[in-house]
Amino acid sequence: MKAKIHVTLKQGILDPQGKAIEHALDSLGFKNAANVRVGKYMEVDVQETDKAKADAQVKQMCEKLLANTIIEEYRYELV
Amino acid sequence: MNVGVIVFPGSNCDHDCRHVFQDVLGQSVRMIWHKEMSLTGIDAVILPGGFSYGDYLRTGAIARFSPVMGAVKTFAKDGGAVIGICNGFQILLEAGLLPGAMLRNKSLHFICKDVHVKVENAATAFTEACESGQVLKIPVAHADGNYYTDPVTLAAMQANAQIVLRYCTPEGKVTPEANPNGSLDNIAGIINPEGNVLGMMPHPERCAEEILGNQDGKLIFQSLLKAMKVKV
Repeated sequence: MKAKIHVTLKQGILDPQGKAIEHALDSLGFKNAANVRVGKYMEVDVQETDKAKADAQVKQMCEKLLANTIIEEYRYELV
Repeated sequence: MNVGVIVFPGSNCDHDCRHVFQDVLGQSVRMIWHKEMSLTGIDAVILPGGFSYGDYLRTGAIARFSPVMGAVKTFAKDGGAVIGICNGFQILLEAGLLPGAMLRNKSLHFICKDVHVKVENAATAFTEACESGQVLKIPVAHADGNYYTDPVTLAAMQANAQIVLRYCTPEGKVTPEANPNGSLDNIAGIINPEGNVLGMMPHPERCAEEILGNQDGKLIFQSLLKAMKVKV
């Protein structure tokens, strides 16, 4: 089973990279681009056939290591 | 005093810390590889600056799970003095030994320059050789020094005088202009509520002897020796 994990900064937390990209988009003429948020995308193969167990493991991975929940939030799908 | 300097893969200020404690202050130093599990005989622990694990994922995120960190946590819980400098500070945050987290610098630049910090609390084991309100000139060198914590934690830290160092002008004014990285409340260094764990972004080990033209950083280490009642 493969976990596709997205980690992004929480809403309200300053994202300097997002801001820089937003300015770049603006200067390229994309005047309607707003609120750019930069995050991380990770794929993890989980050797587990039971979806509920895999789900619990991926959640733990996110909580323990992949995201810092003080500043980041995560979401994932299992495929 | 026996000082333990933790060496992670990617630490690069470890020998600067060893040099200051050993050669400048005459203390005994043990370099502790991150795979070690014991801190027996160590009186104070330094988590040095650098790029542990290449800063992969987040600064300090992987180093906090190094085998030695279990011993560091126990050491800190038992009241042992721990100083995390720059990457060491980031590791302490990730490990939960200090509150908050580091964000990328507001400017997105890696900042490497002298900054001024104000000693907001001179009644700690890491600042007692300083005057209250004293301005220290110490260099920073980081890309992720933009300290963040939630408003409740910030208020608690302010109330407990846990904010030990704040970025300021050379005259000691804490202003947005004097803040190099966007850090919340101009925070440059904090302690835990118990007062035995310090995290600071500036590098005191880089300005701790006369030949370097600046000895302000030495005050941090001298404070620790004073607190530990070590005669120099």
